[in-house]
Amino acid sequence: MIFATVGTQLPFPRLIDALAALAPGLGEEIVAQTGPATPEETARWGALTLAPALTPAEFEARFAAARIVVAHAGIGTILSAKRLGRPLVLLPRRAALGEHRNDHQMATARQVAEFPGVHVAWEASDLAPLLARTDLEPASAAPSPSAEKLIARLRAFIAG
Amino acid sequence: MKKRVLAVASGGGHWQQMMLLRPAFEGMQVFYLTTLPGLPEQFGAAPAAIVPDANRNERVATLRSALAIFLRLLRFRPHVVISTGALPGVIALALGRLVGARTIWVDSVANAEEMSMSGRLARRFAHLWLSQWAHVAKAEGAEYAGAVL
Repeated sequence: MIFATVGTQLPFPRLIDALAALAPGLGEEIVAQTGPATPEETARWGALTLAPALTPAEFEARFAAARIVVAHAGIGTILSAKRLGRPLVLLPRRAALGEHRNDHQMATARQVAEFPGVHVAWEASDLAPLLARTDLEPASAAPSPSAEKLIARLRAFIAG
Repeated sequence: MKKRVLAVASGGGHWQQMMLLRPAFEGMQVFYLTTLPGLPEQFGAAPAAIVPDANRNERVATLRSALAIFLRLLRFRPHVVISTGALPGVIALALGRLVGARTIWVDSVANAEEMSMSGRLARRFAHLWLSQWAHVAKAEGAEYAGAVL
């Protein structure tokens, strides 16, 4: 099962449209947390299992059970992938397409693109080859070198 | 003597980031404050207490939050108060200074473009004022020391 999530704040039809187009070829259930969807979108996304809103427990269960999680480049999603150890594919939102107020998701994606288990689709067309792969490594719960540095700084300050 | 650290984070992403910073408190006496019942148990963070959430538009809720934080400060007497946000964390830093604590603000990693509004409020109360983005830290006059990501 592939689990897609767009977070709780804004819709992200570019991601859901791309997944709906890929679904028939993948032959694998795609569960999509979409946020509120119009009737027209619901009809257009018929190839997906739609879950507009999920409770935290439902969200976590689907996230943990997924072969791959596909998502916007939200901090909560990245932290969840690390905690739950799932392979993560990110499509960052772009301000120019009206998907967020600024391009902070592009900055986030650049920051995490080299992390183990995090794979960035810079364009929607990058999704197909990533989702076809069966060898995507899971995100790692281990602190990144950057997190280790921050923790060391805090320890030093608290001790001093 | 073990250092006493009061760690304050609102529910959601702020709390998740505080949980990732827990190795910084190893061997110390930590007390967690958050706004969402159930969160500390879910993450095995103890001892902990829930305080009312605060936001700029609700004065009464903010005063109740401040009172709960102040009472906890008086009981726990932390050496250090640390917050990842949001507004209850700013209150904790401000009141923490009143009781002689050193204070740390770690601005949420979600703020990749500029310091959060809470972060800007926290500046005057924070002995250590951190952004988790190097370019934001540089532009705002904060320190960059890494990020939870």
